[in-house]
Amino acid sequence: MVELSNIRKSFGKLPVLNGVSMNIAGGKIVTREIFVNGQNIKDNPVYRHLIGYLPQTTRFPENLSVREFLRMIEDVRMAKGKSGELLSLFALDRFLNKSLRNLSGGTRQKVNVVLSLMFYPSVYIMDEPTVGLDPVSRVRFKELLKKEKENGKTLLLVTHLLSEAEELADEIVFLMDGYICYHGDPKVLMAEQKENTLEKAIAGMMEVSTQNSNPNINSR
Amino acid sequence: MKYYLIFLFIALQQGLNLAATIVVCKTCPVSAIAHAVQLAKNGDEIIIKPGTYKERGILIDKSVRVTGENYPVIDGENLGEVINIIADSVLVQNIVIQNVGSSYLQDRAGIRITRSKHCILNGNKLKNTFFGIYLAHSDSCVIRNNEVQGIPDKESNTGNAIHLWYCRNNLIEGNRLSGHRDGIYFEFVEHSKIYGNTSSDQIRYGLHFMFSHHCDYFRNKFSGNGAGVAVMYSHDISMHENLFSDNWSPVSNGALLKDISDSRIYKNVFEQNTIGLYAEGCHRIEIANNDFIKNGWAVKILGTSENNKFIENNFIANTFEVVTNESRSHNLFEKNFWSDYSGYDLDKDGIGDVPHRPVKLFTYIVENIPPAIILLKSLFIDLLNLAEKVAPVITPETLTDTKPLMKQVQW
Amino acid sequence: MLKIFKYSFYDVLRSRWTIIYFLFFFISTLSLLYLSNNLSKAITSLMNIILTIIPLISMIFGVMHYYNSRDFIDLLLSQPVKRKEVFIGQYLGLSISLAAGFLLGILIPFLFYGLSVSVDVWNFAVLAAAGVFLTFIFVALSFFISLLNDDKIKGFGIAILTWLYLAVLYDGMILLVFVSFNEYPLETPALIFTLLNPIDLSRVMVLLQLDISALMGYTGAVFNKFFGTTGGMVLSMASMLIWIILLLIGINKVSSKKDF
Repeated sequence: MVELSNIRKSFGKLPVLNGVSMNIAGGKIVTREIFVNGQNIKDNPVYRHLIGYLPQTTRFPENLSVREFLRMIEDVRMAKGKSGELLSLFALDRFLNKSLRNLSGGTRQKVNVVLSLMFYPSVYIMDEPTVGLDPVSRVRFKELLKKEKENGKTLLLVTHLLSEAEELADEIVFLMDGYICYHGDPKVLMAEQKENTLEKAIAGMMEVSTQNSNPNINSR
Repeated sequence: MKYYLIFLFIALQQGLNLAATIVVCKTCPVSAIAHAVQLAKNGDEIIIKPGTYKERGILIDKSVRVTGENYPVIDGENLGEVINIIADSVLVQNIVIQNVGSSYLQDRAGIRITRSKHCILNGNKLKNTFFGIYLAHSDSCVIRNNEVQGIPDKESNTGNAIHLWYCRNNLIEGNRLSGHRDGIYFEFVEHSKIYGNTSSDQIRYGLHFMFSHHCDYFRNKFSGNGAGVAVMYSHDISMHENLFSDNWSPVSNGALLKDISDSRIYKNVFEQNTIGLYAEGCHRIEIANNDFIKNGWAVKILGTSENNKFIENNFIANTFEVVTNESRSHNLFEKNFWSDYSGYDLDKDGIGDVPHRPVKLFTYIVENIPPAIILLKSLFIDLLNLAEKVAPVITPETLTDTKPLMKQVQW
Repeated sequence: MLKIFKYSFYDVLRSRWTIIYFLFFFISTLSLLYLSNNLSKAITSLMNIILTIIPLISMIFGVMHYYNSRDFIDLLLSQPVKRKEVFIGQYLGLSISLAAGFLLGILIPFLFYGLSVSVDVWNFAVLAAAGVFLTFIFVALSFFISLLNDDKIKGFGIAILTWLYLAVLYDGMILLVFVSFNEYPLETPALIFTLLNPIDLSRVMVLLQLDISALMGYTGAVFNKFFGTTGGMVLSMASMLIWIILLLIGINKVSSKKDF
């Protein structure tokens, strides 16, 4: 459903993606272009209707209330989000009329979560989604994600919490120095490295790759 | 005052003796004014009834009193001068004189007085006369409450409203003058007074004054004239309580003084002129208690002027306060009020503790590079002025008011 | 674009900085009117404040707003809208709310004080228009600069230097040219220089509305004649608009090429 093909990205002079190509949940690969559900995203903002993005930071227009902020995104997407149950699930009801400025980091992150979920898109892209969430919300959030996965949605989760990756992911892509180090089933990796947690498995893999000083060694 | 008394005395005497009255009207035995003058003897009175009389070249060679009833009109039909007085003690009053036309050979006037004394022109209205009232070699005359209105389209198409040439001891009072080349023109006139006149919208000067010493002009209003007022080549002049305003053309001065010396200028108001007071080659003038308000340049004093004193004047909201072309000033500025003054008065004696420098660096720049005026009031210029104020390099160090007043002078 | 503008406008309008900005103009206008007791003079003093403060604050607000909204911009960019709409919407939201703060700030005291004389109404209108134009130009300039510089400090520095150049150094440069080429006729270059810098142009436009313009001698009359004609007015407006349009095109170009 999501294909990356020869993608490069750098922040200033620091390259973070060096021609990464991958293909998530089937499809075809075409050079240096990104396809979502078969649509090339270049010069075409419509594909983003399919995506729910959850950024890492939560610095939003601080003088808008939660309600206004959600409405704004609804307006922008020209779609009605199903925020009602999500808001009560994350106990945000009472914050609806508060300015974003007056919310704590955790509460804002919950708003963030609601925002990314409320349209039930077919693709989720989430950058460290659980950072700052309280345990209850975290559990509820992960349950929601699992349910969505079962519904056949694509989830692209960026995280450094390997326990989370282990818990949620069917497939992991491990990036180092802008190259894909590992791409495959986490269970396979754990089996290969003979470790019982993903964290240890990855650590073991990294030792090997550092020794060989070839970042692409385990790409498959 | 002496002259009026003498005149009254003569008039009284003649009236008692043999005064006759001749009435002029359209249906009267005497239907032309010129005819009436021919019939009259010295001391007679001619009364003109209302109506329009198409006459010109009326020569008054006898001491008669000509009085209009309800403003009769004498129309010169653009063919020539209307009244020409060559006798002493003639009175002409309450008459409308119009349309003398112009000529290349002669400076035509509505009323001309030549080589006569003790004449009075009172309450007449002159319209579209090339020159309005023209006095030559005439002394001790009174020109009072006349209205002289021109309708010029260009400078060469008109003369002056009131023109005096080689005259002495005259009084020009309460006249309303407009639409001429110059409002009041004096050349070689001495010991005369110009009082309470309004001269506005002249093409050139509201008052133009040359080689005329010992004159006094006060309580006049000069406004909206093409080039303001020019006072030149004279000494012992008193100018006081006049208003010089709204002389806005690029070359206008509220008052231009050229080669004037030993004179007094006080209690005048110079408001909204391109240059309020322009002085060139002036010496020993005392300029006190005047208001300079909202002029482009309040005072422009060129380096050839020396020993002039500016004392207790108010300088309020002028774009430039003082401009000069010399690095040393030989004039005194003291105890003036400057609205641009930014000093303080710690000892509360009403006098600022820091001297005021009315010549700004920008004044100097604009003087040398006129297009720099486009930078007026820009932040850069403000900073430049400030720097120069702190450490003067270019502006004349001696041109300072060492005792700037904290409050406006009340006079 | 309108949606993003709408919410961005709400957001900035309610920001305490906008309120401080409004209060600043409100208080300075009010006190100038009280102190000078004369609308025309208040306008001159206000002009000095406006010509300095509006470009500076618009620039600072613009840069601040841009860098503070980087995350939000990222979020918006992940939504189904065009990049152009995100940036222009944000731009309009910020400029219009700043312009509104400024306009209300000077308008209310003037209304309080009696904006009765018709001449002063016109002066006031020109002053207000100049302030609004400057707001739009300098917010656009700040967005453009921030878009080009991901480094916040660098962006800030360049913005301040740009302001310093247009507000102060540019006039110094003109003066230097005048001094160097004093023998040549300089009226036309002076007009061109003025037309090119929105701050100078605003200053001259406002000054020419005031009485003092007529009192500036022969050269002043030349400028007055130029800016007083329809052609001059059209040219001045065009210059302001061209500034805004070029900057928006620039913002559009840079943002569409930029790698977020």
